[in-house]
Amino acid sequence: MSNVTENTTAEQHMLKLFHANFEQISTLDTKPITALRQKAIDSISEHGFPNLETENWRYTNLEPLFLADYHIDFSNQSRPFDIEKIFTCDVYDLDTFSITLLNGWYVYKNAPLTTLGNGTIIGSLAKAMEVYPDLVNEYIGNATDINQPGLAALNTAFFQDGIFIYVPDGVEVEKPIQLINIINSPDPIMVHPRHLVIVGKKSKLTLVHCDHSLTHNISFTNSLTETFLAREANMEFYKIQNKGANSAVINNSFIKQKQDSNLISHTLVLNGGFTKNVINAELGEKNANTELNGLYLVDSNQHVDNQLFVDHASPECHSEQLYKGILDDEATAVFSGKIMVRKDAQKTLAYQNNKNILLTDEAKANTQPMLEIYADDVKCSHGATVGQLDPEAMFYLRTRGMCERTARQLLMYAFAAEVVRKITIDPLRERIDQMIEKRLKGELSICDQCVLHCNSKEPTVFNIDVSKL
Amino acid sequence: MLSIKDLSVSIHGKTILRDFNLEVNAGEIHAIMGPNGTGKSTLASVIAGRDLFDIDKGEILYMGKDLIEMEPEVRAREGIFLGFQYPVEIPGVSMANFLRTAINEKRKYHALEPLSGAEFLKLMEERKKLVDIHSKLTNRSVNEGFSGGEKKKNEIFQMAMLEPRLAILDETDSGLDIDALKVVANGVNKLRKPENATIVITHYQRLLEYIVPDFVHVLFDGRIVKSGGKELAIELEEKGYEWVRKEAGIEETL
Repeated sequence: MSNVTENTTAEQHMLKLFHANFEQISTLDTKPITALRQKAIDSISEHGFPNLETENWRYTNLEPLFLADYHIDFSNQSRPFDIEKIFTCDVYDLDTFSITLLNGWYVYKNAPLTTLGNGTIIGSLAKAMEVYPDLVNEYIGNATDINQPGLAALNTAFFQDGIFIYVPDGVEVEKPIQLINIINSPDPIMVHPRHLVIVGKKSKLTLVHCDHSLTHNISFTNSLTETFLAREANMEFYKIQNKGANSAVINNSFIKQKQDSNLISHTLVLNGGFTKNVINAELGEKNANTELNGLYLVDSNQHVDNQLFVDHASPECHSEQLYKGILDDEATAVFSGKIMVRKDAQKTLAYQNNKNILLTDEAKANTQPMLEIYADDVKCSHGATVGQLDPEAMFYLRTRGMCERTARQLLMYAFAAEVVRKITIDPLRERIDQMIEKRLKGELSICDQCVLHCNSKEPTVFNIDVSKL
Repeated sequence: MLSIKDLSVSIHGKTILRDFNLEVNAGEIHAIMGPNGTGKSTLASVIAGRDLFDIDKGEILYMGKDLIEMEPEVRAREGIFLGFQYPVEIPGVSMANFLRTAINEKRKYHALEPLSGAEFLKLMEERKKLVDIHSKLTNRSVNEGFSGGEKKKNEIFQMAMLEPRLAILDETDSGLDIDALKVVANGVNKLRKPENATIVITHYQRLLEYIVPDFVHVLFDGRIVKSGGKELAIELEEKGYEWVRKEAGIEETL
């Protein structure tokens, strides 16, 4: 794949690539999926990719990402091997059912889908397209808006694999399902994983989505997750990103919620050269609840962008957004959160808060809270702050005998804790807690394997209060 | 113990303390009274080391050492404690964690071994009893969601844990009901030792019914305009600050 030249735009280049490889891309397609791809391609031709003039992209420049000479695997290159040899997630005591994608493809090529005792189906999307075409066709593409500039259309045109989770009605999936996205390629690589999650009535699912890079090579992940929550369904969704400086990740998440369903999402960005997380939650029936939490800790010249859109399309729904970030060095962060309250969405409760701490004069945070309300009986609020550590609090700690460094770390930790303590999986919360503490001390780096896989098997002791002080 | 001589302090060019003098010896309790905006809290902050202010002249000696050059944490480790008028909330950091960090930083400074977890817990229980604090505030995050009274009691508890030589209580009585006030006063009295000293900053005489001062100073316009014994506080209660202002010949500002 040749890179974008002076004479071709990124769009033209990707369209050309699509047409040249169409046969391979669509090998596993059902008819509706092929039709969906065509729509996506038409949308790219019409709307193009976002640029700095596109709404929600004013502070995130996509252009440089397309300059690399990326390779795309148009077929599953995974060979049977023991994934645990190159990767183990060792969040202490975290017991999950894990699925691993390597360079966007399910690591166990052609493996059958797994059906758990309770009827839950887990496995590769490519396989699901073959085995359960009707189920896939019914949902895929239905939550995604491809009619605007953005990378959702690009994912829709190019995706070939990803994960598929189907939880039937009335099933509580006990163990969290963990999706591990690994990028391991000697050459710059572009991947378009696509995930489809369907949670049935009164069912319950916890999904932990980890993005990792195993090498320091250049990669561009453009993933998309569609989630459908039926009536009274409950889902908790964790996204943990700890990637190398040369990794770019764009994550689009589209969620459709039915009556009385609940979603809690936690987006934790601990590292990453370029990260953009988009969450679109549609509260389509009454009394649906969504809670979106986020934490980003970035330094050097990392860039993180969180774009949220909560669509209150029905009455009596409740949404909360809490995103917090700590930015060091020349790091930049963008938060754009929009709450839309449609005409019929009376008795809506919608809250949004974004708080940023800048540790240097060079770090930058752009925050754009937006409320668009067409109903009259609603309670909505939004707030955003960009600031430094509270000097009053710093002074308070120092008058108790703590040195400036300890005081700063404690306050940053406290700032992050508001988000961290919302994590309900105990071992995960404890591990994230330790990682954040290490991160704030400047001790967390990308291990050659996984970030959650620190070199020591022993759990690190929380040691801001370290007795050795 | 504390010797402040001809101290002038300003912020953004505005003088707050002018030619201020105060001598505090071991075993004494000093009350500093005065209307709002006369520099009481500034005095407390300056002794504790807040860097918001410019020290224009004068000196502050503590145990014979120049305090002005010392970082706030060093002052704390040397035995100075400031009870805040508005204690800061630190969500996500438990009281135990916070105090253990503080105590062990102080111990390290004095070349002492850190307290083990068990020793620390024992000390905490003992001090809770000493100052009659039975609530579970030590299990919670620092001041988070505490009522006004709980915050002030928590300041006294921290004081009991850190065992300062010189404690400055900045308006610790403000916003307290009578029960909380008694807990605070009782704590201060129980922690009183011949080798320690306390400066109580207050607007009202009420607290001084429970913490009996050896000296009362009235602060006006950035300096002490009248000093006396505990009876001065009672006189002030009767006659009001206007009386001192006129007596000192200070023009009415505002």
